[in-house]
Amino acid sequence: MPGFVLDIKGLETQFKTPDGVVHAVNGVSFGLKEGETLGVVGESGCGKSVTMLSALRLIPSPPGKVTAGEAWFAGRDLLKMSNEEIRQVRGAQIGMVFQDPMTSLNPVLTIGRQLEEPLMLHVGMTKSQASDRAAELLSIVGIPNAKDRLKDYPHQYSGGMRQRVMIAMALACSPQVLIADEPTTALDVTIQAQIVELVKRLRDEIGMSIIWITHDLGIVAGLAHRVIVMYGGYIIEEAMINELFANPKHPYTIGLLGSLPRVDGRENSRLISIEGQPPVLYQKPQACPFAPRCKWVMEKCWQANPALETASVDHRVACWVDVATGRPRA
Amino acid sequence: MSNEAETLLKVEDLKMHFPIYRGLFQRRVGAVHAVDGISFEVKRGETLGLVGESGCGKSTTGRSILQLYKPTNGKVLFEGVNLVDLTGEDLRKTRRRLQMIFQDPYASLNPRMTVEDIVGEPLLVHGVIPKEEIPERVKHLLELVNLNPAFSSRYPHEFSGGQRQRIGIARAIALQPSFIVCDEPISALDVSIQAQVVNLLEDLQKQFNLTYLFIAHDLSMVRHISKRVAVMYLGVMVELSSRDELYENPLHPYTQALLSAVPIPDPVADAKRKRVLLEGDVPSPVNPPSGCRFRTRCPIADKVCSESRPDFREVKPGHFVACHMVK
Repeated sequence: MPGFVLDIKGLETQFKTPDGVVHAVNGVSFGLKEGETLGVVGESGCGKSVTMLSALRLIPSPPGKVTAGEAWFAGRDLLKMSNEEIRQVRGAQIGMVFQDPMTSLNPVLTIGRQLEEPLMLHVGMTKSQASDRAAELLSIVGIPNAKDRLKDYPHQYSGGMRQRVMIAMALACSPQVLIADEPTTALDVTIQAQIVELVKRLRDEIGMSIIWITHDLGIVAGLAHRVIVMYGGYIIEEAMINELFANPKHPYTIGLLGSLPRVDGRENSRLISIEGQPPVLYQKPQACPFAPRCKWVMEKCWQANPALETASVDHRVACWVDVATGRPRA
Repeated sequence: MSNEAETLLKVEDLKMHFPIYRGLFQRRVGAVHAVDGISFEVKRGETLGLVGESGCGKSTTGRSILQLYKPTNGKVLFEGVNLVDLTGEDLRKTRRRLQMIFQDPYASLNPRMTVEDIVGEPLLVHGVIPKEEIPERVKHLLELVNLNPAFSSRYPHEFSGGQRQRIGIARAIALQPSFIVCDEPISALDVSIQAQVVNLLEDLQKQFNLTYLFIAHDLSMVRHISKRVAVMYLGVMVELSSRDELYENPLHPYTQALLSAVPIPDPVADAKRKRVLLEGDVPSPVNPPSGCRFRTRCPIADKVCSESRPDFREVKPGHFVACHMVK
């Protein structure tokens, strides 16, 4: 497929649990374009993180297993690579930043050591080259006195600084793709704003493609070009950023947007809540997974799960109902 | 009782310092200045939002009001009675009127107790109704928070996060309190569930004329639920005013930065906004900066800011701010 840096096709992931097999990801397909920032939005358990972890082969197995699908990157399927080959891709060509900066750094190694490791491993730098580059990376992500602070241990850094280190680490080998999994969720808003600005700046300078996984539609609004909304292990809506916020088509997306109060909002109207709970899928659903919570639910929704189909230009939605009319989609 | 201007709770110069002990003889070497002299009032029937970043002392303020910590200094006047002076039975009796809803619905419910025991416990401890009437009352309380009363014999692990938070709310309203401290009640919940819980809190407030101190770091939700909003930074209150005034005309540079950092779920509006980015991190409350606490990160700090601590003064009717630079 031309233009896609990362192309995921029909990905399915399951987890074996004592209560049965959980179908976490149920056939997810999307592409990441060159230079694009793609927001992946959904609530806990919707499969947004598992999708990306599956593509990078980071699912602990057992209990997890990728049962179907392809993940094409640079002409090769990541899911069919050997362990040695995928290690060359991860960290070097695809960088990753995770949610919790407190636990993703090794507490007994200095920041410098942890930053130098990927450089020596993937790029083949010598120790002193790596050390210079590490200091450079730290100053790129905005840590003052970078050279001295390489000798510090993670506990000497604050949460926001640790997340900056994680970003520096992900950028160490100049990856083509950065996957950020809720990188600002554990941080305060002012620090979150710093990190988002930093990523935007680096994106424009380095020109990498980004997948930003989050539950916060607010962050996505200020950062992403295109958004995927996930629910119950499916992509239920996909659109360009302005289109999604101006013209949401899936009842879940509409509910999600309505349940958010706005800091610039004047009216004090009652929040729209989505009743009920998100599903845990022990079976691959035969009906629409959102049907039990949907206001527009129809007979058909209980009989078959709608596929993701094009509703308008660059806008795909998986729903039987046309919410504008309340009638079945033509 | 329904007089809107009536003050229910008045906090005067509240300080909460946690001592730090070091060494062989456990000498006192310093203190965490978690809350360092704050004063405010809460009117009956209103919701006062208390916002700030982690470590600013907002939760400590809530807990000191309920006397879960004994404050280092200051007064907490609830209906004119200073709670700090109360001890033993007097405190226990008064506390019935003040309740708390906790942040973590997983940690704040005892996993070995059934819902009936959890919600019924305050009724039992305070002996407000005969023991045999408790199951009936619990069922009624569960209905109030939109939970199925048939679930009262279940254990907390059988419920989702949002449902657990409802159980915590049922427990908090069991004794018909007039004042509830809501300590980040929704931050552990998913977005679609947050709205359910906030709507429930608003319904209960109308029904029972409850007064809330709503502690949160989510400024959008605070704007939605509060009548007045107070902003804290590093143990001090920097601004307090009515909601719309604070959000539309913030005076303190910290409030301005905080508001501009909140993402807006609307790409068009978000692109138009002017951002005030703060440099650096919050300093340590063990050794806070001299003078104004915010000066180390403040974009407009001057010499005077390091010399003296700004007063928390009323610059417009009902709008308080602690900043030397605000005229």
